[in-house]
Amino acid sequence: MNWEPVIGLEIHVHLKTRTKMFCRCEVAYFDPPNTHTCPVCLALPGALPVPNRTAVEWTILLGHALGCRIPERAIFHRKNYFYPDNPKGYQISQYDEPLCVDGSFVVPGADADHVVGIERAHLEEDAAKTIHVGGAEGRIHGADRSLVDFNRAGTPLVEIVTRPDIRSPAEAKAFLQLLRQTVVELGISDAEMEKGSLRFDVNVSVRPEGSDELRTRTELKNMNSFNFAAKGIEREVRRQVEIWESGGEVEQETLHFDPGNESAAPLRSKEEAQDYRYFPEPDLVPLEPSRELVESLHGDLRELPSARIRRLETDVGFALAEGLVTSGRDKLYSRIPGERPAVANVVMNELAALGLDPAAVDAEEVGKVIERRSEIPRAAFTEALAASASPGFSAETYLAEAAIADVGELDPVIDRILAANTQQVEAYRGGKEGLLGFFVGQVMKETGGKANAKVVNERLREKLRA
Amino acid sequence: MIDTLRLTAEEAQRLIERGEVSGAELHRAYLDATAERDPELHAYLCTVEETEGGGVPIALKDVISTRGVETTAASKILAGYKPPFDATVAARCKQAGLPLIGKTNLDEFAMGSSTENSAYGPTRNPWDPSRVPGGSSGGSTAAVAAGMAPWALGSDTGGSIKQPAALCGVVGLRPTYGTVSRYGIVAFASSLDQVGPIAKNVRDCALLHRIVAGRDANDTTTVELPEPIEIPEAVDLKGLRVGVPKELNEAEGIEPGVSDAVNRTIELCRELGAEVGECSLPRSVEFGLPCYYLIAPSEASSNLARYDGVRYGLRVEDGDVRTMYERTRDAGFGDEPKRRIMLGTYALSAGYYEAYYGQAQKVRTVIRQEHAAAFEHFDVLVSPTSPTIAFELGARTANPLAMYAADLLTIPSNMAGLPGLSIPCGLSEGLPVGFQLIGRQFSENLLFRAGHALEQAIGFDVVPERLQ
Repeated sequence: MNWEPVIGLEIHVHLKTRTKMFCRCEVAYFDPPNTHTCPVCLALPGALPVPNRTAVEWTILLGHALGCRIPERAIFHRKNYFYPDNPKGYQISQYDEPLCVDGSFVVPGADADHVVGIERAHLEEDAAKTIHVGGAEGRIHGADRSLVDFNRAGTPLVEIVTRPDIRSPAEAKAFLQLLRQTVVELGISDAEMEKGSLRFDVNVSVRPEGSDELRTRTELKNMNSFNFAAKGIEREVRRQVEIWESGGEVEQETLHFDPGNESAAPLRSKEEAQDYRYFPEPDLVPLEPSRELVESLHGDLRELPSARIRRLETDVGFALAEGLVTSGRDKLYSRIPGERPAVANVVMNELAALGLDPAAVDAEEVGKVIERRSEIPRAAFTEALAASASPGFSAETYLAEAAIADVGELDPVIDRILAANTQQVEAYRGGKEGLLGFFVGQVMKETGGKANAKVVNERLREKLRA
Repeated sequence: MIDTLRLTAEEAQRLIERGEVSGAELHRAYLDATAERDPELHAYLCTVEETEGGGVPIALKDVISTRGVETTAASKILAGYKPPFDATVAARCKQAGLPLIGKTNLDEFAMGSSTENSAYGPTRNPWDPSRVPGGSSGGSTAAVAAGMAPWALGSDTGGSIKQPAALCGVVGLRPTYGTVSRYGIVAFASSLDQVGPIAKNVRDCALLHRIVAGRDANDTTTVELPEPIEIPEAVDLKGLRVGVPKELNEAEGIEPGVSDAVNRTIELCRELGAEVGECSLPRSVEFGLPCYYLIAPSEASSNLARYDGVRYGLRVEDGDVRTMYERTRDAGFGDEPKRRIMLGTYALSAGYYEAYYGQAQKVRTVIRQEHAAAFEHFDVLVSPTSPTIAFELGARTANPLAMYAADLLTIPSNMAGLPGLSIPCGLSEGLPVGFQLIGRQFSENLLFRAGHALEQAIGFDVVPERLQ
């Protein structure tokens, strides 16, 4: 039997508002502990929440980007649980009347669009940060004591919940990359996993291919990169398939992903058995965003990354288009003149590796360098790219270093190399044409990278044919 | 010599304006009265010697956060807690120049109807110290009745201003939900809690309400008042349609002495020119109390979760964090908060929510509608505030249900979010009886006018005989 993975995602995104969700404390990630607190985010007796208007508007904006409906009325709920990082003893979240519902998010694929249903996107507040001192791995179990930093308490957080529409680890990764880029471009979040401003959990189950049943799922938590997520899902799918095939039953549980050894350990079931006793937050009145506001936020949407992938695809092919857009490098790509696939390749490979500020790159000049890439030494090309974001960068400087294209100068070098590598020459002539690169490399090495690659290729082919 | 037993806040204000007395002297006079009478009555949890403001001094119920002044909600779990901020109502009193006399006693977290649930000992009724002052704002009403404060703020969830006002022979207003800020008020049941004035007469209540009421940007459930609060002058009730809800006036458990006094007041309404007619609130009275005891404990179970020993207040260090929570909350909360936390936790639990909390919210809508229907024919409704006069200390502490019944008549209109004004209307067995005027949302001015006219006609002497 063939098995089909059924995957759903829950993504948490910190909004980069200036102030917290329900008070006026500044949102700051790297300041000394407990320097951004007030009666509200410390939950002093009698303190009351006041919703952050910008956070509400940005959530609606995100809802539009996710193709959601924005209901006329949304309410906050209290999610009750005890933990030192949860100062009120409840988290203000949303439950059955969230800000955004019933969306769909298009993830372009190589062959077809993949549409992922969005169940909801809701607004809530983040918890404080707990640091466990002593004990193993900074976990609460076995720690000597715990310290709580309330700077993060009350940071606005959007939770996006997809329908179980994702069918492979690769699709999950593609969805996450595109969603992240979308959020970043909306200007509402840094969505940086290292900083914790983007986090997600994955729900995984499997079923016989072709069936539409939903079997017991497990939840993978603590994924800290998209690649880990893909690996974690793959491993979990395999595990579940093995259980079903051996006649067993998958149990509903939460697995804590350990990026260290890339394994997932079940959390203690005691930690799972939670009844959050949700009820409508009586300290807040319902949110009733005016239709004018909802409309005007829709008007603020620019071309979404998914649409741009399809647009660029016609010039550079799907893989490059997806890479450019989800890495946010397509803006630079668009600025650089010249042959499209060549420019796309340079942007995605060489320029990306250099870590330059894309906005500072002199696109016109870089375009000239790329256009005449084959006529200059490899080293000069690399140097030119590295300098492309520096003030006063000029293509002329590098183009002046013309590569050796004189056949009279190159032929003796080529002959020498062919003579010294008779085995490879025979192999090439026997059909291993991939060895051409080996010979080109040898010539380049001999000439200190200054040979014109195009000419070298031509000469080598000709001589090897003989 | 200032007679704090008789001096009204309005008179005190006039004395200050005429330069006959300073705010500081008045403050001193009330502290002296407190030093004399409070050892017996225990209306105050703490008094404040040095305070700001040149106006008429005030006492605040100890659920109202006061910057730098211990605020405990009469609970051990908040012993020693000094808020770093003022509740909005405390700030508005400060801004109006009202010096703080002290923080008054209450049932722990405002949960109770006798002020016996205070972790710091009960308050006694100034009319008869063997009896309770009512609750939960019993400290505030006793302080006003005994001349230890000219006026005070209380808070009312199920009747915690009106009921003790009735039992202590003073005037108390429970305002329309959403007219007074809850910011800085130690929360009991957020959808019901409301702060209101307690004073010797209706005009003083109006004066104090004018100071504290109005929208607060820190409490999103507050609204702008539709009209400014006026100080009432009315002498009659011409044109007023007074409804007498059958179930609130004939409920089982209303003492005959209470009924007699309230019936005389209803007769007075006619004499003063009102049209009086009977009306009915059957479901509000039948289901009000049980629904209240689902909604209020549910919200309380969540509101009291913050007292976990992590950031402030009591912490009993012991073992891991779970154990610390358990020991802290076990040692810090009295029986009544524990009882309500358990009730509320149960009512909100998965599988029970719809049957309990969800159902109670639906009934609450029915109660609102039933009141709205009554107000199509009447401008105000009248009934006894409390079924009984002040009862003996200890009489009901062993029976929570008997204690809960003390709020039978105040809960229905509270559940509907409506304002109610309790005014003394006579004595029964030598103890005060109060009646309540219930109005439409935001009809405080009307309640003040009608209440003032009736108060003049009743001529109740607010000074307890034994203190005269």
